[in-house]
Amino acid sequence: MNTLVRENRSSNGERQATEQFIAPVATVLENADGYTLEVEMPGVSKENLEMWVENNELTIQGRRAMPSVEGTLVHRESRPENFRRSFELDPSIDAAKISAKIDQGVVTLTLPKAEQVKPRKIAVA
Amino acid sequence: MSLIRYQTPNSMMVPSLDRWASLRNDLDTLLELPFWAGSGRQTQLFSGWTPALDLFQNNDNIVAVVELPGMRKEDIEISLQDGTLIISGERKEEPSQENGATRTERCTGKFRRSITLPTRVDANKVSATYKDGILTVTLPKAEEAKPKQIQINLS
Repeated sequence: MNTLVRENRSSNGERQATEQFIAPVATVLENADGYTLEVEMPGVSKENLEMWVENNELTIQGRRAMPSVEGTLVHRESRPENFRRSFELDPSIDAAKISAKIDQGVVTLTLPKAEQVKPRKIAVA
Repeated sequence: MSLIRYQTPNSMMVPSLDRWASLRNDLDTLLELPFWAGSGRQTQLFSGWTPALDLFQNNDNIVAVVELPGMRKEDIEISLQDGTLIISGERKEEPSQENGATRTERCTGKFRRSITLPTRVDANKVSATYKDGILTVTLPKAEEAKPKQIQINLS
């Protein structure tokens, strides 16, 4: 049942043709109730974060608002691009119940499994 | 009986290859040494992560901007040593209970970045903010390092 987070690199839609995104680093955890997805988006605030589900595919997009510093750049390691990444949802996930929060540049999504696929004990009658 | 050093048949039969044998020994020695030997970067290379750091400079300040998503403020350490800014800390692994990770890309553990500052700074006036996973450290330049306009009167 590990198909949830098969990454979808191919179907990124036509919006990407005009703007370059970089894929943020992500970690996926699974337990009996569902999945937890943690995506690192430093510089993205709540207002600049967008998420949508389309064709059973979850897309997370974050626009960076880096602190504006006056002066000249002496040394650069960061990338200027915004973040975007898509994940294919496992059929067991109840897409209507996905919730998300962002804290210090890390988006945490909770993707609960639908009731009918959760493991359950069957009592012997 | 004396012990004689074993020589590979090849180089014994073809004396001109001896020098290649010694070259090979040199290469072997080189490859057997861990490549970080002596540089003291072992921990940085293998048990940590390296957050991206940008450095800006203007007339009054040097500003370092570091990408540190998902840290707690108290786990970030900033220090100044002989004109080198050191930012270090640790991102602790979440107690994940029975959670099984199906894919792990995020780094946990210690990090340490150090960068030599281009000018002297006033260590007492360094300030830092942490917002949206971005650490911004503002280091006011020492008075003597600030650019000064010199008036020259042409007579």
